[in-house]
Amino acid sequence: MTMLKEGRPTAPQAINEADSFPATATGNRALMLEEALIFEIGSCHTTGVDFADAPKVAGRLGSLARADSIGLPGLSEQETVRHYTRLSRQNYAIDLGLFPLGSCTMKHNPRLNEKVARMPGFADIHPLQPQSTVQGALGVINELAFWLIDLTGMYGVAMTPKAGAHGELCGLLCIRAALEARGDARSVVLVPESAHGTNPATAAFCGYKVEDIPATPDGRVDLEALKARLGPDVAAVMITNPNTCGLFERDMKKISDAVHAAGAFVYCDGANFNAIVGRVRPGDLGVDAMHINLHKTFSTPHGGGGPGSGPVVLSEALAPFGPLPYTARMADGTIHLIEEDNVGEEMPNSFGRMSAFHGQMGMFTRALTYILSHGADGLRQVAEDAVLNANYILRSLDDVLDAPFGHSGPCMHEALFSDKGLAEGFTTLDIAKGLIDEGFHPMTMYFPLVVHGAMLVEPTETESKTALDQFILALRSLAGRAKAGDEALKGAPYFAPRRRLDETLAARKPVLAWTEPDLAAAAE
Amino acid sequence: MRYLPLTDTDRQEMLSVIGASSVDDLFVDVPAEARLSGTIAGLPDHASELAVERHMAALARKNLSAGEAPFFLGAGAYKHHVPASVDHLIQRGEFLTAYTPYQPEIAQGTLQVLFEFQSQVARLLGCDVANASMYDGSTACWEAIGMARRITKRGKAILSSGLHPHYVSVAKTMAKFTGDALVHEAPTLDAATDIDALIAGIDKDTSCVVVQYPDILGRIADLTPLAEAAHAAGALLVAVVTEPVALGAIKAPGDMGADIVVGEGQSIGVGLQFGGPYLGLFACKQKYVRQMPGRLCGETVDAAGKRGFVLTLSTREQHIRREKATSNICTNSGLCALAFSIHMTLLGEKGLRELAALNHGFAVQAADRLAKVPGVTLLNDSFFNEFTLILTKDARDVVRNLADRGVLGGVSLGRLFPDAPAIGHGLVVAVTETVTPEDIETFAKALEEELA
Repeated sequence: MTMLKEGRPTAPQAINEADSFPATATGNRALMLEEALIFEIGSCHTTGVDFADAPKVAGRLGSLARADSIGLPGLSEQETVRHYTRLSRQNYAIDLGLFPLGSCTMKHNPRLNEKVARMPGFADIHPLQPQSTVQGALGVINELAFWLIDLTGMYGVAMTPKAGAHGELCGLLCIRAALEARGDARSVVLVPESAHGTNPATAAFCGYKVEDIPATPDGRVDLEALKARLGPDVAAVMITNPNTCGLFERDMKKISDAVHAAGAFVYCDGANFNAIVGRVRPGDLGVDAMHINLHKTFSTPHGGGGPGSGPVVLSEALAPFGPLPYTARMADGTIHLIEEDNVGEEMPNSFGRMSAFHGQMGMFTRALTYILSHGADGLRQVAEDAVLNANYILRSLDDVLDAPFGHSGPCMHEALFSDKGLAEGFTTLDIAKGLIDEGFHPMTMYFPLVVHGAMLVEPTETESKTALDQFILALRSLAGRAKAGDEALKGAPYFAPRRRLDETLAARKPVLAWTEPDLAAAAE
Repeated sequence: MRYLPLTDTDRQEMLSVIGASSVDDLFVDVPAEARLSGTIAGLPDHASELAVERHMAALARKNLSAGEAPFFLGAGAYKHHVPASVDHLIQRGEFLTAYTPYQPEIAQGTLQVLFEFQSQVARLLGCDVANASMYDGSTACWEAIGMARRITKRGKAILSSGLHPHYVSVAKTMAKFTGDALVHEAPTLDAATDIDALIAGIDKDTSCVVVQYPDILGRIADLTPLAEAAHAAGALLVAVVTEPVALGAIKAPGDMGADIVVGEGQSIGVGLQFGGPYLGLFACKQKYVRQMPGRLCGETVDAAGKRGFVLTLSTREQHIRREKATSNICTNSGLCALAFSIHMTLLGEKGLRELAALNHGFAVQAADRLAKVPGVTLLNDSFFNEFTLILTKDARDVVRNLADRGVLGGVSLGRLFPDAPAIGHGLVVAVTETVTPEDIETFAKALEEELA
């Protein structure tokens, strides 16, 4: 079977029908249940946990013993299970279907990873236990570090950064430390305008002045503009490859050579590493530092917004400046955790510590499990299928949606469309909200900023052709409706747990915590 | 390759739609010299679920887990019992495999949890508002220093000697690049906290005073005079809580005048996990909310007038403000926040107070028993569930030898403060509800033999 190009519009009467049913007294709709806040259904006198009686001893809290009520509601165990189970049903998730958020990379989260991470030998050990009692855990860090270096063709890796943006900070701190070590104070970091917002924010946090580098008409870094700006004041260039337009930076090696010739370093945002893993090694392209979002490339679950994990691979020039602590395998086979009390003379240039302990151990076990499950052949297939799926989407939709860089060759793991050609008054937002009614999570909207009304679609390698075909069908239909000016689309979503939410009100009058309703005022 | 659903037939059909003859055509933009021809050197091919599980289980078995030994470690990470429902609920796919709630209409589950979490944290810490969480306590602490700089336009932070040394290290790392001046001295084995010295150090350049409560040696002190002194000089008080269970028994820092309260939420719901992922708590007074880093969830209404929740005040954030953002953070510890919130809901105020009382009671029993061991002096007579013992030997050696005897007996101050050898005989001992009277006795006997 080949993909239907013609598509099929959804029946508008289905939309109206839902609204015509009578309301229920509770606000519930059969299996879709409204759920009050714990503060409204719980009480300070209810608990879902039984404890033994505390021993009768004289307390040592002195005058600090807490007398007042804290105001924390409790629920019984069953009420707790129901509350959170009901809430869970108001979430879209990768376990429910395609989640094509470009640059966020939502792929299948294997449950073996979860099982492994919960083995007591990993989950129930303390970061400050004597090293002799945690050799297996240090072994996991060391083994994962080895494969990350191997897969990227780099020299060293800093494992402690706790998320991608924390990894960016780590990379720039290494660069700054390396420059200072050679007595070379530089003040500027160059960032392409298509970069993730974290890149300029990170550079600014490290005390650098941020300057934009423009993109070429075909969506890549303008090499000539970059070369023209390089100079003795430039510390680093932060580049994303594959970039946020879903394109490979063809001139990456030339960019790196020019940056190095100017005495600066290349930071690569590795958010999109899943597109090239097993096929391209960033180290071969001259990259000095790159973070790897383990939750993106190596499938650790993102849990509604985090945690992430952002190890940073480093070139030989930067590795000596990486953070504490780190692991080292000794001649006798034992693995040492190198931290402040035993750093010795091995790494006197370390810029210090980025977080209290050793990084996201719970993510390391999952990522290592994923790497070993896929193996060398599987990881290569990951990149190939990710890129194949994205190009299939691009070519199946480029006759109904504007693909601004569709002419400039294949995309990598994500396909970029724009709002050009939609009827007057119809926007990317309408397409996105329409996708919700069609049963899909929307793509990334309005990013990258270099394209007007951007729609960045990343299917990932773990989607089947059947799932892609249904997504394409939905998007073709929505494109048709938006071009035809179907006003009903502006009210979408109709079938989600909530209709469009008033984000302006939330920002203008922020309500960020629950407070007791004013009963006297309410009675008036 | 069980995670990859495409068949070779699918791949051929898709290539024909694309108009490519092979998948290599899709990598045409990669320069030839950068293309890997073979597979990754050294990495074996894909493996069965059984084979991978065996490999990982073998690594896990090389670790002595906390449940297998009498266990007394704390110093910023605590072993508590986590009810079975917590892990069950966070593994529901709709929570576990969701992303950041960018589409609020289909993310009300995550968003309502974040709103409830923020409300719980604010109340627990004694503040008006909390954010949707940070990476961990140490990074939250640094972000608080940065926030105080933005609010006061001053660049000198005074760090208490009782602040966790790793938190101090993180702040020092960041200060090298932000230009903040940090004032900090290592602690001494002194039963008194450094509140008076902190007050004496506050001047017109001070952006904030950062104090841990209970502190790294387990000591607790009234923060009210410190808050008053800081405010009188136009500075802020930042309080750091690494053991939130303590706040079920002792006064909240916000209620003693702290302007920003940050903490490590690992104790409630998250588990030890060898140091991460953990859960940074971050709360402050209402007037500073627009300077707060991290994500915020707020209440609003939908087009039909129903209550709903969205991420809000995003004009502080990196994706809008780029280099002018309040921080570069674009994530939170969502799943850990969920675990915290579920555990806190199961406990409720009643359960939290009972848990805190149990921790304190066991800690008092353990401190009294251990203080009877010849060669041991109990440093602090005021504590929650963690206290410091002064030994007649270097505690680093004692801890290693105890581990060889199968007892995980606390954290040596020498490991935490390598630059302050004078406190090398200090041992920080944490006692939670998971410790049994037999564990305490085993620990005491082993310590007796070790110090004999």
